[in-house]
Amino acid sequence: MAGIEIRNLRKQFGDLHAVDGVDLSIRDGEFLVLLGSSGSGKTTLLRMIAGLERPTAGEIHIGGERVDGDVPPRARGIAMVFQSYALYPHRTVFQNIAFPLEAVRTPRKEIEEKVRWAADMFSITRYLDRYPRQLSGGERQRVALCRALVRDPKVFLLDEPLANLDAKLRNTARDDLKRFQRQIQTTTVYVTHDQVEAMGLGDRIVVMEHGKVRQVGTPQEVYEDPVDTFVATFVGQPPMNLLDLRDPSLAAGTLVGFRPEHLLPRSVFGPGEDLRTVRFAVRRVEYLGSDRYVYGSVLESAAPDATVIAKLPATIALAIPEGETHEFAVPRRLLRYFDAASGLRRRP
Amino acid sequence: MTPRRTLADREDVLGGLMLTPALAYVILLVGVPFVLAIVLSFSDATAGSLRFGWAGVRNYAAILADPIFLRALRNTAVVTIGSQLLVVVLATAAAQVFRATFRGKRFARFVLLLPWAVPVSLAAIAWTWIFDSTFSVINWTLKAAGLLHGWLYWLGEPALALLAIIIVQAWRIFPFATVIVLAGLSSIPQEIVEAAIVDGAGFWRRLFQVELPLLLPVVTVAVLFGVVYTATDLGVVYILTGGGPANTTHVLPTLAFQRGILGADLGQGAAIAVFLLPFLIVVAFAMLRLARRAEVGA
Repeated sequence: MAGIEIRNLRKQFGDLHAVDGVDLSIRDGEFLVLLGSSGSGKTTLLRMIAGLERPTAGEIHIGGERVDGDVPPRARGIAMVFQSYALYPHRTVFQNIAFPLEAVRTPRKEIEEKVRWAADMFSITRYLDRYPRQLSGGERQRVALCRALVRDPKVFLLDEPLANLDAKLRNTARDDLKRFQRQIQTTTVYVTHDQVEAMGLGDRIVVMEHGKVRQVGTPQEVYEDPVDTFVATFVGQPPMNLLDLRDPSLAAGTLVGFRPEHLLPRSVFGPGEDLRTVRFAVRRVEYLGSDRYVYGSVLESAAPDATVIAKLPATIALAIPEGETHEFAVPRRLLRYFDAASGLRRRP
Repeated sequence: MTPRRTLADREDVLGGLMLTPALAYVILLVGVPFVLAIVLSFSDATAGSLRFGWAGVRNYAAILADPIFLRALRNTAVVTIGSQLLVVVLATAAAQVFRATFRGKRFARFVLLLPWAVPVSLAAIAWTWIFDSTFSVINWTLKAAGLLHGWLYWLGEPALALLAIIIVQAWRIFPFATVIVLAGLSSIPQEIVEAAIVDGAGFWRRLFQVELPLLLPVVTVAVLFGVVYTATDLGVVYILTGGGPANTTHVLPTLAFQRGILGADLGQGAAIAVFLLPFLIVVAFAMLRLARRAEVGA
């Protein structure tokens, strides 16, 4: 059990700053998700923690011990699960899980016990004699987790372990993963580009872009209080609407942001609520079963052509004819303000 | 646009047409000599006449009773197995070296491939000088390094001569095997190697428990080629020792050549050559099975 301290960590590949001065403090037992698109540096950061990549500058401490220099991966007390699972194709499931134990010369009997214990935990005991290629994606992923688990690591490093699963499996796998981590209470760093995974799994989320950390916070903080327009539009599907409403009460160059699910017809709000009302020219309505997405533009906006999306839950049965302008509103407490030039959050 | 079907549209005709050259080559230059060799081995044909008499298994009986043939048979096995063992070890090691990045790597790779490009006969002649009883550079080097007292007559003593043949055969195949192993190494997914690193496996454990098992199918292919090249090779032994001293270093091809062509006893020469066949069939069969098993992982 150990936390991780990262100080001013940098990694350059030639001219490319893959990781550009990251400071991060990961608590003991925490499930931390590194979220970013490809090229954001999240995987490079994970690989530096693992010791597979050497930092250009900066420090990494695992459990109070500095490891960024010459401490090889095997001495860092980490276990890693790769996106491809990286199972050894010529070894059975049992031999795969036993491999890290053999590497530290564990007695045969203890290996047997530990492998069975781990396999039990992920209910793959009946596959122990099979070869990886005889398993489905979900089963392989569990074997990879078992192999990481038997090392009894201080830290789990997971690199998009669910990315290769089909959508149906991903939900259950996510649930299994979270329950498993709660149970063993091991510090976990999880890399993903999927914000649903990040929101669902992370105790805290680190949003990364161009090698820099944009925001660190709980899923709720990141979603409700994004620190800048990048986080505001990166997290959330559909993204947050950002508009210059030319509101005289706001400083010039202020963008107003609100989530699509908060933009609703004026008539659904009660009379006592403090609302910001807009005229919403509806272009198209998309019926999605549990929701309706309403595409249109806000007439008050400085850029009246910019698409604004409203997400109406099925509980609102109101007819929204296309091609007409409607009164929509957002509760003022749910509005977020950003500086148009820097993109940073601003007080109203 | 021509509405009519042209030759290029007719797969039935085109297929046969394009296969013909390859088929003709295989039939005329591989199939016919092969059948001829088997037929000849049951005859008393000689090089000087066109007489062809049925000899039954007399040729086979004669060579099986001949200690020189038995020795050649053993030598073929020893040279083939010995050189291929050497090749596997050297090629795996060299592939590890060439995987690293270092200055002059391209030049080193070019030099590595040279033995493969040099004609066998030229190389063998060069090696006769290296092993020369008077001017041997190997002896000279060993002496200068203080490792050798006395003198080694490389091609004059049966055991040393055989060792010399093994060295040359290994030298000849090794570059090709290295290139194959290198290709095999690069086909191992990087994540598997990294998983092994994170799992705590050191260099040797990674090599023997992860990389080599994954390389097995590819190494098998390299060895299969090596066995065929070595077991059927005439040039190296013929030039290096000529089967000597005292017929102790003959392999099947040189003995077959000596008896069948130089000695004009076509029947016996063919019978000797035919003995390569079961040897190669068994080896090829075993290798392919092994490769398949490694692939399936059963």
